Amino acid sequence: MTERLFEGADWDFHTLQRITDACEEVALKDLGLDVYPNQIEVITAEQMLDAYSSVGMPLFYKHWSFGKHFAYHEASYRKGLMGLAYEIVINSSPCISYLMEENTATMQTLVIAHAAFGHNHFFKNNYLFKQWTDAEGILDYLDFAKNYVMQCEERYGRIEVERTLDAAHALMSHGIDRYPGKKQLDLREEEKRAGRRRQHEEEVFNDLWRTVPKGASKARSAISLERRRKLLGLPQENLLYFLEKSAPRLAPWQRELLRIVRHIAQYFYPQSQTKVMNEGTATYVHYRIMTKLHQQGRITDGNFLEFLGSHTNVVFQPEFDDPRYSGFNPYALGFAVMQDIERIVTSPSDEDREWFPDIAGKNDVMGVLRDVWANYRDESFIAQFLSPKLMRHFRMFHLHDDPEERAGIRVDAIHDERGFRRVRRELARQHDVGYIDANIEVVDVDLSGDRRLILHHRVIKGSQLNETDAKRVLQHLADLWTYDVALIEVDANDKVLREYVVSPRPIPAAVA
Amino acid sequence: MAIHIIDRRLNPGGKSLENRQRFLRRAKSLVQGAVKKTSQERDIKDVLEGGEVTIPLDGMHEPRFRREGGTRDMVLPGNKKFIEGDYLQRSGQGSAKDSGPGEGDSEDAFRFVLSRDEFVDLFLDDLELPDLAKRKIAQTESEGIQRAGYTTSGSPANISVSRTVKLALARRIALKRPSKDEIDELEAEIEACTDEDERAGLIARLDKLKAKTKRIPFIDPLDIRYRRYEKVPRPVAQAVMFCLMDVSGSMSEHMKDLAKRFYMLLYVFLKRRYKHVEIVFIRHTDRAEEVDEQTFFYGPASGGTLVSSALQAMHEIVRERFNPSDWNIYAAQASDGDNSYSDGELTGMLLTEKILPVCQFFAYLEVGESGGSAFDLSDSSLWTLYERLRNSGAPLSMRKVSERSEIFPVFHDLFQRRDTAQEKAAP
Repeated sequence: MTERLFEGADWDFHTLQRITDACEEVALKDLGLDVYPNQIEVITAEQMLDAYSSVGMPLFYKHWSFGKHFAYHEASYRKGLMGLAYEIVINSSPCISYLMEENTATMQTLVIAHAAFGHNHFFKNNYLFKQWTDAEGILDYLDFAKNYVMQCEERYGRIEVERTLDAAHALMSHGIDRYPGKKQLDLREEEKRAGRRRQHEEEVFNDLWRTVPKGASKARSAISLERRRKLLGLPQENLLYFLEKSAPRLAPWQRELLRIVRHIAQYFYPQSQTKVMNEGTATYVHYRIMTKLHQQGRITDGNFLEFLGSHTNVVFQPEFDDPRYSGFNPYALGFAVMQDIERIVTSPSDEDREWFPDIAGKNDVMGVLRDVWANYRDESFIAQFLSPKLMRHFRMFHLHDDPEERAGIRVDAIHDERGFRRVRRELARQHDVGYIDANIEVVDVDLSGDRRLILHHRVIKGSQLNETDAKRVLQHLADLWTYDVALIEVDANDKVLREYVVSPRPIPAAVA
Repeated sequence: MAIHIIDRRLNPGGKSLENRQRFLRRAKSLVQGAVKKTSQERDIKDVLEGGEVTIPLDGMHEPRFRREGGTRDMVLPGNKKFIEGDYLQRSGQGSAKDSGPGEGDSEDAFRFVLSRDEFVDLFLDDLELPDLAKRKIAQTESEGIQRAGYTTSGSPANISVSRTVKLALARRIALKRPSKDEIDELEAEIEACTDEDERAGLIARLDKLKAKTKRIPFIDPLDIRYRRYEKVPRPVAQAVMFCLMDVSGSMSEHMKDLAKRFYMLLYVFLKRRYKHVEIVFIRHTDRAEEVDEQTFFYGPASGGTLVSSALQAMHEIVRERFNPSDWNIYAAQASDGDNSYSDGELTGMLLTEKILPVCQFFAYLEVGESGGSAFDLSDSSLWTLYERLRNSGAPLSMRKVSERSEIFPVFHDLFQRRDTAQEKAAP
């Protein structure tokens, strides 16, 4: 009989250490996980709220919008409208997990298994994270960003910096490289690069150059459209990148700020694409670890029941007509698919053999799952592994709402033979970030004329931009570009649906 | 693998404070409006307690490119009876909501909680001591002393030992004064030395060193430094607030309540500006007495009305306890306006000659019955008197109040921050 990890609900740091060791044993030996070194931090509710307001990161530059989020979260927390998360985990090396101090011992075990091993493994092994994030460098980079923003505020004024950051935040969702190709991000190198550049500028600064008369600018009117687009790297869907490189009148520090916001957006990009998988993985891992610990007799039946209670809450999926329904619960969907894969691998039915010939009956559950965790994102994961059995279990159906259709919303497919593939394709598409975000790109700049920047929004299925917001974002864009900006919404047949033109606001004279 | 477990709970809190302040600064006008609105609905006791405020989200909106409308596809869980090809009726409400683009935006309200300090700050932010008071503050500065570096001359009591020794050490090093160790070493060498010639040489060196030691003193008068002090004007950081109230039979509970509210606001306001605020309560009928707060507001009293008695009492208290050069004196008088006619002249004389010259600010608040329309018809005897004084140049602030909800506006009105242009034009 193995020794119990803890009795009752109380824990101390010694208990946490034992819990972590026990979880680690199961995670590495039984599940074969591969994780970053763990760092576990115990925090208070207030600190959790702090973390909430700066998108979970332990340090971040200062900006009013984080204060707004903090005020908002604090108000709803105080009123009891919102519970706080049990944990927050950061994709960094070492992998930092924050645990709330008021969790019971069982909850701490659950949370350690979930975050410090489940999420941690996913962060380290999923291809998107490997490709787009630099776990080693992120904390140093955030520290650099924080100091850099602070220095800018000292040199150029808080209001100027705030204006630039506001604009950059508005464009954050379009500051992402969606396709690999550029060299991998090395955030430590980034930080050094900024320092070197500043140093170089200071070294070569010579005020005399200012007094040298400028020759007549070379006439370059006759550049062909193709050549021009090529020079500017158009079309470009990463708006922040484009501005950073090509906006004519930005100061170097403004470009650096855009770069910082862009890097941070890129860092979070994999997380938005793998919500279902990430939570599914972590939930599956904590479920396996807790079950194993219970089997080993290291947690009592009572504690295990407590765990099952919170586990079922986490993976609860309300139905569409339930007032609690707010879309698919990524925990529920992810966990269900992971468990279903386990079932298919170990005891497949005939249907499974037909649908999943590659994995059905393969018997190596962890091998298959580790491969899945490493090589898929939500969209491909659902498109590949959502089984008919699960669709029947969730009783999924597909609605098609065409405003032109008088008769109403059509039920396009349901969980039957005819509908499985269509339902699955549609659900996968709903989890495709590239499909959800508006497809906006810079297509041309009228360099020889009024320098108007021209963007296209490819409208899919008649879904256009929200007018108020679009105008505001474009205003920010124009302020950075400092000339007119036009956004044209075109449909699949290049028919122009709508055109916005926004002029930059005059920069107010320096406020004393 | 080593696992680090760190207890972060003891880390200093308030990490988001800076962001929060930035947010408040940005939303200042909105929050201020909300604060005023909230405070009017509240009881005086918790008017400045902080708490939840609601501001329109409009100004604080963070825009993003969002798509809306068009044909929508969705996959939902929990099918019970639908089969492929069914049509679901759109609910009328839902579609109407969709058709108004951006309509919901401005209506969205943002609720959050302000701390007590934030609340009071915002509440009093656009208030300022009146011009008159500001001028006087400049005059009533007293002098204080503060450290201001070092000097080469001064009283022995002010010698800065550490600075002196430091300079001496620097000088000794610079002039290569032999250290005691060096001499001791040489003496030991002489002691141990057997060769006469060498010994003589060493002794000569020792004498030279000793002579040098004598020439270069350990501490030279040049090294001595004194702490320097400077006189700086220091504004008087304490204030006394006189609450004068008529408690004769004609003052109803409602009127007293109004007065109380005004006094409390004044108190909070002064408390923000001065480190130390004292309150003196003087109630009067036909004679005045200094009382404690309870008696002031709730103690029964009856009699006629002689305002001059209260002013006289205040004058005496000021003379005894509150020297105008050490105290900022504020006074607020509340009354229903009754005063016996024979008292008018004395009151006016006391006020202009004794009270106003020592006061930073004197406010007269005439309280009336709620919904007092008759109240507006004719001015009371006290009001007429004060108005005459004011017109002849006495620095008096006076307002009439008959409703609870008017207290805040009146208070704001009295202490409103004037535009600089107006300020310059005023004197």
